[in-house]
Amino acid sequence: MTKGERLVTAIVVGAPIAAFSIWALLDNPRLYLVTMLNSLTLASLYFIVASGFTLVFGLMRNVNLAHGSLYLLGGYVGYVVARDTGWWILALAAGFAAAAVAGLLIQVLILRRMQGQDLRQTMVTIGLSIVIADVLLWIFTGQVYQMEAPSWLQGPIRDIPVIKAYSAYRLSLLGFGIAIGLFLWWLLNRTKVGAMIRAGVDDRAMLAASGVNVNLVFAVTFMLGAGLAGFGGVIGAVELSMVPGEDTRLLLASLIVVIVGGMGSVVGAAIGAAILGLAETYGLAYAPTYSVVFTFVILIIVLAFRPRGIMGKAA
Amino acid sequence: MSAARWRRAMNTGAVGVAAAPLPAVPARSGAARSMSVDRHAAGTAPSRWKLLSRAVSVRHVLVLVFVLLLPFVATPFFTYQVAAQALIFGLIALSLSFLAGYGGMVSLAQMSVAGMAGYAVAVLGASGTESSLGWHWGAVVPIALAIAILASTLIGWLSVRTDGIYTIMITLAIGVAFYYLVLQNYSVFNGFQGFQKVYPPSVFGINWREPLPFYFLALFWAMAGYFFIQWLVRTPFGIALQGTRDNARRMNSLGFNVTAHRVAAYAVSGLLAGLGGVLLVWYNGLISPGSVGTGWLINVLVIAVLGGMKHPIGAFLGAIVFILLQTFAIDLIERERFNLLIGGVFLAIVLFSPDGLLGLWAKLRSRFGSKQAVTSTTRR
Repeated sequence: MTKGERLVTAIVVGAPIAAFSIWALLDNPRLYLVTMLNSLTLASLYFIVASGFTLVFGLMRNVNLAHGSLYLLGGYVGYVVARDTGWWILALAAGFAAAAVAGLLIQVLILRRMQGQDLRQTMVTIGLSIVIADVLLWIFTGQVYQMEAPSWLQGPIRDIPVIKAYSAYRLSLLGFGIAIGLFLWWLLNRTKVGAMIRAGVDDRAMLAASGVNVNLVFAVTFMLGAGLAGFGGVIGAVELSMVPGEDTRLLLASLIVVIVGGMGSVVGAAIGAAILGLAETYGLAYAPTYSVVFTFVILIIVLAFRPRGIMGKAA
Repeated sequence: MSAARWRRAMNTGAVGVAAAPLPAVPARSGAARSMSVDRHAAGTAPSRWKLLSRAVSVRHVLVLVFVLLLPFVATPFFTYQVAAQALIFGLIALSLSFLAGYGGMVSLAQMSVAGMAGYAVAVLGASGTESSLGWHWGAVVPIALAIAILASTLIGWLSVRTDGIYTIMITLAIGVAFYYLVLQNYSVFNGFQGFQKVYPPSVFGINWREPLPFYFLALFWAMAGYFFIQWLVRTPFGIALQGTRDNARRMNSLGFNVTAHRVAAYAVSGLLAGLGGVLLVWYNGLISPGSVGTGWLINVLVIAVLGGMKHPIGAFLGAIVFILLQTFAIDLIERERFNLLIGGVFLAIVLFSPDGLLGLWAKLRSRFGSKQAVTSTTRR
């Protein structure tokens, strides 16, 4: 991209957004700012779930379409643990662990047997998502579960200028998203495992040739990715409630986030999640009937101009 | 792929699938015999008849007789609920197995394309809902098909910009987005309720909603779609499409426009899916967001994979098995556990026989029978 093209893009994309923001701020500043917070917190949840998805994809070229089911699994396990022990933090750990173990089993028992056959692996994950969703429906029925936020995050935070009051739990989502983002950055850029994962993304064969147990790296990454889905499930169980069908919703969100952001890139996942969160929430607040269409239009525009996503590299 | 293998693939593709090298001399069936008589009567031997007699074997005649006689033997319930439904889903799955088997592009949005055609029929034609426009079916059906082709072309244009595994994700995203669109939009798509009482019109004084006429309607279009694909994959376009599947870069350097071929394949699949969608909305008599939900997006893939994507007949085989399971499995297990069963069957097929039932059949044949291939040109 040349400097001129960049400028044109910035004007074409930025000008309508700036115009809308100015209008909305003058019209109803509170609505605008609350919506902003809502979108960023929703984006955090999307980021947590989608970062696992993109991590797995980047390393293994494996689209794990059972990711939504792992999200739901984590949410349900977290719910049960929180109900029985009353410890929300424990529920978070349990949700992460349950999804991670399920992911590890999927990777070791099934996906490893068909290494390199992308399409077949993807179809297997589709089959798994059907089976997992139905087993969860069997155990937990179609009832709507809502998890309670831990007591120290319950209730609104008051006395914020303009916005007045905002849910403490929702605000904490932002913190979770940033914390996970920082953790992933640290893991990928500052540790030996991260170096192996990055090397694997670039050239799997070379990594194996330099004496690294690639299968182990794969298993760890898949575990981490699946665990992040389960972690997101517990967080989302408080905010969104759990019911069959949420798995599809989060899977769709993850898909759009990584398509828009660029597959295999954690930074891309953050950008994609922010875009999706903003588009969805502002769409719901200002044009309820067409909020889905907004998301879709963004998807089309990004695909038309950057087929590999905003941060995506050419294969 | 080496040059020799490439040439072989081109050749087998040109001769076609069903036309496995049969000895052309002895007439193997009644149909073939009458044709050879024709040829002698005409004096000059038209190569078309020769080709046909080579392509038609006993099993084709048996299948044809079976599907023609079935509705007169089976109960109306079986004719309508099982056979007609299987033909319709076979047609929709055929659109996917054409894309995937010959073009190498697995699109999960085929049910959405079918749903768009179905919604077009419901919105433009007559239904139990006020907002339907009530146009004549002669105008509605072509428009519905045109919409399906257009939508499919657009989806294709978007998704062929990336390739392989990305296609699944993008088409799934598009399909689910369409589901949410019809779910949330009330002004055009009537939201959650959708449209009821969308019936096929009465033409030639026949009530096409009756099991028997509807079965033959579905059969006609299913066979039309089947033979159309059979013919298309042997045309230069079809061969080139298979070339882009096997090695896009090589086709590109040979001067073929890979993107154009792929988008055109999407347009063709849109026509098939649109046909299936129109029939499906008439079959159900209604269309709602549930008809284009994720479950059905994936079920179409399940059907296509179950049957096998290397030959057009696989889509119909898969549809028959799927519909039979769906209809009769509830006698064996609880109704709610159907997804578990179909998911398990799907997993088993993907894990143990990637080419579906056709692959199993081919394996059995190669073990016990002659060396004739029943699958299409081998991939890689």
